[in-house]
Amino acid sequence: MSASATPAWFQLDWRRVGRWGGLCALGIVLVSLIGMPVGLDRRIIIEGRLSLGYLALIWMPLLFGYLVPKRIVLEGVENPDPGIRDVLAGLCAGVLAGLGPLLLILGIDNFNLRKPLVNWSPQLLELLTFGRGIGYGVAVWFAICAVLGLVGSSMHVLPANVRRVVSFIAYGLLFISVLEAAIDDLSEGFGLESLTDAMYARRGGLTVKFSIILAVVIGVLSIVTKGRVKGAANHYKGLQGAERKRASMLLFSGVTALCIVLPMFLGMIMNELLANVGLFLLLALGLNIVVGLAGILDLGYVAFFAVGGYTTAVLTSAESPFFTPELHFGFALIVVVAMAGLTGLVIGAPVIRMRGDYLAIVTLGFGEIIRLLFMSDWLKPYFGGAQGITNVPHVDLGFAVVKGTDPRSVFYMVLVLCVLAVYVSWRLQGSRLGRAWMAIREDEQVAEAMGINTVNAKLMAFVVGAMMAAVSGAVLAAKVGSVFPNSFMILVSIIILVVVIVGGMGNIAGVLVGSFVLIGVLGGPRQPGLLQEFQSYKLLIYGALLVFMMLKRPEGLVPSARRSQELHQEEFLQDAWLKGEDHDIEEAAEAAAAVGGSEGTGDQA
Amino acid sequence: MSAEQSAGQTALLEFRKVNTHYGAVHILKDVDLAIYPGELVCLLGGNASGKTTTLKTLLGMVIPTSGEVVFDGEVVNHQPTSYRVANGVTMVPENRRLFKRLSVKENLVLGAYLRKDKDDIEADLEYVYELFPRVKERLNQKSGTLSGGEQQMVAIGRALMSRPKVLLMDEPSMGLAPALVQQNFELIQQINDEGMAIFMVEQNANMALSIADRGWVLQTGMVVLNDTAEALLANPEMRAAYLGEA
Repeated sequence: MSASATPAWFQLDWRRVGRWGGLCALGIVLVSLIGMPVGLDRRIIIEGRLSLGYLALIWMPLLFGYLVPKRIVLEGVENPDPGIRDVLAGLCAGVLAGLGPLLLILGIDNFNLRKPLVNWSPQLLELLTFGRGIGYGVAVWFAICAVLGLVGSSMHVLPANVRRVVSFIAYGLLFISVLEAAIDDLSEGFGLESLTDAMYARRGGLTVKFSIILAVVIGVLSIVTKGRVKGAANHYKGLQGAERKRASMLLFSGVTALCIVLPMFLGMIMNELLANVGLFLLLALGLNIVVGLAGILDLGYVAFFAVGGYTTAVLTSAESPFFTPELHFGFALIVVVAMAGLTGLVIGAPVIRMRGDYLAIVTLGFGEIIRLLFMSDWLKPYFGGAQGITNVPHVDLGFAVVKGTDPRSVFYMVLVLCVLAVYVSWRLQGSRLGRAWMAIREDEQVAEAMGINTVNAKLMAFVVGAMMAAVSGAVLAAKVGSVFPNSFMILVSIIILVVVIVGGMGNIAGVLVGSFVLIGVLGGPRQPGLLQEFQSYKLLIYGALLVFMMLKRPEGLVPSARRSQELHQEEFLQDAWLKGEDHDIEEAAEAAAAVGGSEGTGDQA
Repeated sequence: MSAEQSAGQTALLEFRKVNTHYGAVHILKDVDLAIYPGELVCLLGGNASGKTTTLKTLLGMVIPTSGEVVFDGEVVNHQPTSYRVANGVTMVPENRRLFKRLSVKENLVLGAYLRKDKDDIEADLEYVYELFPRVKERLNQKSGTLSGGEQQMVAIGRALMSRPKVLLMDEPSMGLAPALVQQNFELIQQINDEGMAIFMVEQNANMALSIADRGWVLQTGMVVLNDTAEALLANPEMRAAYLGEA
């Protein structure tokens, strides 16, 4: 037979290699055609070597190379004998991936498709061929893809320690160079400009010299800190009772101190960004109660945000068409909360008896209706129609003035409100009502049979969520100084939902992380994030992230505290296995060792 | 229904000529039922005979169009489910239906949702642990990860946490392996031996009658047979229709 003639290391899963390699080539074509390489080329990562535009392409062969040899994880034990075969698979997939640039280069050179495809441009060709002609470009891309596929797949072969150091260096350098603006801002606050001036080149990007220095520093750090962080986290999780309470308090006060002190050293842009994160965090915390705890998929959540904004504007602005006395923001806030509760009841009452998809669609409609009402000519005498209401005054707190032109003050106000909201969410989660919500989320009928008044409980969730959103809206109105119907597009609802889902539904820490990662790094619907370059691709990234999370990690970035604290490791593993979740070899091996056999797994199988 | 029972005690639960409709469809037709303290009774019947509707009517999820639902001498026709649960009925749903992503403990505590007596709740938790030592071992585990038999224990424990006077059981043999069905019926008998009245809705007539005191047979919404378990087991009609004998 011919099979016996081929050596063992050459017996690859060719279908798998073909599939992943092809997908990678397709991905490269897609990313090129949405304009990322050209659009991001001006953003430099490492001076004279690498720009964000190229990075947008080359991460793919690396990732796919890593994925190709990955076997299904069985009971926490990954691919038993990684070897030369896997590396070869990565190399082959990489070579296949090179077909993507090849297709693009030949295509752009020979056909003109600029009409339907805007990014089918000479600039893209120039970029792909490195300005040195077609043959050179094609050859180099095949080489790059092959090498990166090889590097990606060799991650499986390398010893865990080396892998750790390598990935730390890669992520660390990426982090430092991508967050250049933020780090610049911070260093200015701390008076360390000389350091950043040396680190970053004048036109942006790390200098070559400093990237090497940083790589070494990060490498050493990663070796030194190995296991420390995880150990500390485990130690914290292992604490019981009073000790744990003390540790929690310590952690909490540390974070609080950081939140209070850090903004003083930050510039305008960073403070603005933090304030935005806070605003969206408030929204997300509210939606987390509705969607995460009570399981009500509310797609019209922005309605309450709008109610909050408009109520504030009407009550406090001198230019609001029909309500002339200018109330203080504090009074307005009380009315805002009451109005939000009322709106929550009015919208919720008819909607709440519906289930699942129907409820989602109806709330989607209500969200739009509210915005259209604010925009309508009919209500123009009250809310100013499309022009909205302007001239919403600053918030005068007596000892300080909160105004949009001073983002730091806004941040502090938002911080206070967020802390309040986190506290409320946390208390609610552990309360009787919180338990009722979770029961309803799990099985509404049985919850009812347990004697829970499901309609009331769901309405309460709606109302509490509405109040938090409205408070956020109120702050937005005061911060921006005006409200327009178009600030309350349906997109806001969707983005907050994505924040909650990506962070981890029903989990406060998850929502915190989600807000920081999505709103802080990528940016809100209108607010820029740290990665301003990605502004035009934000929605694409949101969508991709959402799909990925739903498929691979439905419990969110931060697995709920319930999972990590309460589950024994064996059940965690079982779960992971049932869901086909991927784990680090390291982690899985540790867990397997802790279980010491597979007893207890039989029940599920 | 034996003479001494009807004379001496008031029924915990009673249907008096209950009729229910889903829209125009007439489901229960003049159904009379009664459950007395300490009894284990079963309601038998094939598909679409009205068994589940009977349970829903008892719990107040379906309102009868005529007739009376009586708890301990009180007509509760228009009381909501929460009132009825607070006054002594709880259901163990078909297929257990635990709150899967919540821990075992949370499931149990949710069973006592309507109760405010914290100390007694603790005591009842202890009682459930005593009844099902295996449940205690798994308190902090997510209930969805338990085995079928363990889930059944949690489901029963959850129902007991509301301190019911009557435990309603919807198809306890559903979706369990034969060995577990046997075990499950032993559990039910055990709880009944401790004095809990149990109203069980079942398709598996043989099994149900083997532990029950009395049984009713529903057919297209009407009670066609009503007798002691022994008599039902001996009844030739019954044997032909439900006990799988030609």
